[in-house]
Amino acid sequence: MMEQLGVLAWTWAKIMMIVFPITIAVAYFTYFERKVLGYMHSRRGPNRVGPLGLLQPFADVFKMLFKEIIVPTNASRFLFLLAPVLALAPALTAWAVIPFDDWLVLADIDAGLLFVLALTSMGVYGILIGGWASNSKYALLGGLRAAAQTVSYEIAMGFALVGVVVLAGTLNLSAIVHAQSGSIFSWFWLPLLPLFVIYFISGVAETNRAPFDVAEGESEIVAGFHTEYSGSAFAVFFLAEYANMILISALAALLFLGGWLSPFQGIPVIGDTFLGAGGIHWFLLKTAVFCFLYLWFRATFPRYRYDQIMRLGWKVFIPITIVWIMVAGVFRVLGWYGS
Amino acid sequence: MNAVIRYLRSLMLLELLRGMGVTWRFGRAPKPTLNYPEEKTPKSPRFRGLHALRRYPNGEERCIACKLCEAVCPALAITIESHQREDGTRRTTRYDIDLFKCIYCGFCEESCPVDSIVLTDISEYHMESREEKVVDKQQLLAIGERFEDSIAANREQDAKYR
Amino acid sequence: MPIIEIVFYLFSLVLIASALCVVTVGNAVHAVLFLVLAFFSAACLWMLLHAEFLAIVLVLVYVGAVMVLFLFVVMMLDVNVSPGSEGFTRYLPAGVLVALAMAIQLFLVIWTRGMEAVPMPEAPDKDYSNTRELGKLLYTDYLYAFEIAAVLLLVAIIAAIALTHRRRPDAKHQDPGRQVKVRREDRVRLVKMKSEGEGG
Repeated sequence: MMEQLGVLAWTWAKIMMIVFPITIAVAYFTYFERKVLGYMHSRRGPNRVGPLGLLQPFADVFKMLFKEIIVPTNASRFLFLLAPVLALAPALTAWAVIPFDDWLVLADIDAGLLFVLALTSMGVYGILIGGWASNSKYALLGGLRAAAQTVSYEIAMGFALVGVVVLAGTLNLSAIVHAQSGSIFSWFWLPLLPLFVIYFISGVAETNRAPFDVAEGESEIVAGFHTEYSGSAFAVFFLAEYANMILISALAALLFLGGWLSPFQGIPVIGDTFLGAGGIHWFLLKTAVFCFLYLWFRATFPRYRYDQIMRLGWKVFIPITIVWIMVAGVFRVLGWYGS
Repeated sequence: MNAVIRYLRSLMLLELLRGMGVTWRFGRAPKPTLNYPEEKTPKSPRFRGLHALRRYPNGEERCIACKLCEAVCPALAITIESHQREDGTRRTTRYDIDLFKCIYCGFCEESCPVDSIVLTDISEYHMESREEKVVDKQQLLAIGERFEDSIAANREQDAKYR
Repeated sequence: MPIIEIVFYLFSLVLIASALCVVTVGNAVHAVLFLVLAFFSAACLWMLLHAEFLAIVLVLVYVGAVMVLFLFVVMMLDVNVSPGSEGFTRYLPAGVLVALAMAIQLFLVIWTRGMEAVPMPEAPDKDYSNTRELGKLLYTDYLYAFEIAAVLLLVAIIAAIALTHRRRPDAKHQDPGRQVKVRREDRVRLVKMKSEGEGG
């Protein structure tokens, strides 16, 4: 019994070691977002709180925490307060199977990729329930849009990942990264280029970010599913959204850009120095690039119309992924890629 | 054939990439924003800000209580009462400007025959209670004394256009 | 292994309670949410039995997709909150019949297996992959059954589309493909001409 409690405590500590940095990362991701958006709008972004505005996220967090949570009249109180938690829990749980480095993973389970897919698909419940429980027509519309969109893009996303699984021959995330080792050209972005693009665009849609943010749609439905949320309940939704964005970025880095592997690996001279060695810094760098892409998209593209989103998902992405899965199968049979 | 080429080209997302190129360029371009309290935009000498009453260099107050400003004020923000001083000149006993009403049109300054009431270029001021927004003669004179240098410099710069 | 047992009983309790709530609560949305909870607890139980793949697929397919659409529909419909006892006596005979049939089936299963406790499956060794084993079985021994199921699903998809897909001649809609294809030359003609005021 004592031994089991010890294991529990150690696991708890390990979970905290992942959750805490993610929370900090989310805080600075919001700062980074405001800076990048500001620069792309010819503005300076936040620069008042602390040097270069670096303390801005904390100011925001404290502001949110000290505000009142207002539960609307006739709202389903329990579900209303449960919804943000339901949005956050899967977003954090999925990090359990993400390998940060060769040895640095909380749970190296066999079906890691499926686990992540299952959990990201559960995140929509928070949005859906939050939208319904608010007893507001805007929130309900936002929730319904999020539900339809997430289910549609999950299929394209799943198919894109099937291509990865075909080449890697495994569902374990660490093993998928190992299957990509060699050089930058044996990473899966090259043979699966269309799937790579589709995966990331579907990821943007899955996290309800611009240009697919119709669930929020502030120009049409106020703020979508979180219209009625305030204070820390809203902050939790915010945290979940950004944790999901970082998760999708991390997955893109793992599945298509070789995770912790170094891009200089396999190059004759440089590859033998410290640059050629893989490590967590490469993984974080690649993840940061995708995070930046999220913000870049948001600064660039206008919001999709709802029917265009559906058309893109069903009529463009899914056919392309199906065709490319077959191409990936040919690669595998010919022995060009994969073990 | 054309349709095939167009279809293949649409798959390369060229328009999207071009759009991202635009935002990237703007992201690197210099920013026109000024960091306000530290950096300020240049102000015209004609800028119409907070009011002030001026004095002559010998210390005598300029205002002769002609009440032209009170008459011209479109917002009825100025209230003047006057009396005769011992030396026989007419002077104000009361000169109130209601900053709630004032629209900073500058007519008072233009109507003043002795350049007494002026609008300074002070735009950064605040009041901490509602009563303070009605400024009286003493306060206006104090503002005039304090900023006489910049007021005089601004008038001189603008003199040739008047 | 007391902790495993605690977890097992916890999820079993949640499963049974939420399954009961599905049929007893009045609000349709709450019922669907309880069903989601039931699916999720069932997935957790499977996970305890080392059936990772099945558990995750249950969450992925049922919780992540099917129930989301279910919830979508229930939220869209204007369902009244029913008191629950409405029509209880009318549907009682059919309900009892179904319940009886289920009970007999369960009883038969337990009867053939015997009543003694079934031990926990042993933890598989590190190299054993649930997914790989399932895939091997599906694509070798049960290939025909698997393919027939796939064809059946395909037929169902086509049937669903054929039933709902009707083209209304009077419906106006935009074709994004054609919208995207439009070039400036198709819409604007730039003409060079002298200004009329010139020379006057």
